[in-house]
Amino acid sequence: MSTTKNLYGRRLPGYAIATAVVLTAAIGLAFFFAPIEADQGFSQKIFYIHVPLAIVTLGGFIFGGIFGIKYLRSGESRDDLRSYTAIHQGVIFCIGALITGCIWAKASWGQWWVWDEPTLVSFLIIFLLYTTYQPLRFSIEDPERQARYAAVFAVVAGVFVPVNFIAVRLAAPLIHPRVFSNSGDSLPGDMRIAFYTALIGTALLFITICKYEMSSKHSRAQLAALRRSIGGESDEPNAARRAAPRVAVR
Amino acid sequence: MSNTLPPNSGYVAAAYLVFVAILLVYVVIMAIRAARVERELTELLAQSQERGAQTAQNETSNA
Repeated sequence: MSTTKNLYGRRLPGYAIATAVVLTAAIGLAFFFAPIEADQGFSQKIFYIHVPLAIVTLGGFIFGGIFGIKYLRSGESRDDLRSYTAIHQGVIFCIGALITGCIWAKASWGQWWVWDEPTLVSFLIIFLLYTTYQPLRFSIEDPERQARYAAVFAVVAGVFVPVNFIAVRLAAPLIHPRVFSNSGDSLPGDMRIAFYTALIGTALLFITICKYEMSSKHSRAQLAALRRSIGGESDEPNAARRAAPRVAVR
Repeated sequence: MSNTLPPNSGYVAAAYLVFVAILLVYVVIMAIRAARVERELTELLAQSQERGAQTAQNETSNA
């Protein structure tokens, strides 16, 4: 018997409210509290949206890998759904980070993209790697094989993310700034408050959207189950090929 | 108070607009899906009511 405790949308309103409050505060702090940076001027305000997006993207990919491991251990479809959702939203956040990064690069360096910069190119490689996730899932018809192969991909790619991050940190930067240097973070106090608020807000937004997507997918699965039940159809789910995981009704 | 915008403010606005635009596109997609779920639920409810009425009619005629 399904209980409300098991639902994906549990605590979703709380997350949504927290996201709205923290993100609004972050934008307010970024524009009215944090000082204007002496070197880059007003364009540095892009930092408060670009860096949190990039960090949350990488975090989302790592969580995709963690849920991939959980799926390979448990075989439970909810872990596959969590891995899928984290990677799916990670790719969307990654697009946001890339576009805002390009705009910031144009404002600060006068160029939309710098191919010599390891930070930029490595981030692009990670993005391109994860864009193959959806076609990979779509190419496999059998839902169980699809979930298993996708989990293996999520784990391998998830390991690549921190390795890549460390490699880039060890490389000599050309022009891309290091916000957190090896000797600690290099932000002045007021900027740090605005930045961490933006980071928490973006992370909350990521969690809210992931929970909302999982809840939406579960609702559609429940609807399909209800249709089969009313229509007297067999319990076999619709066999149409798709990239999204089959969601078990809870 | 000065009426002039700080230099590069267009780029800053563009970056934040990208963020808002991505969010709005997501909201639109989810709204379309929610509307589809609502429509399908309405169809199912009508189907269920029709079936209930038919069963009641059959029971009446059998009695």
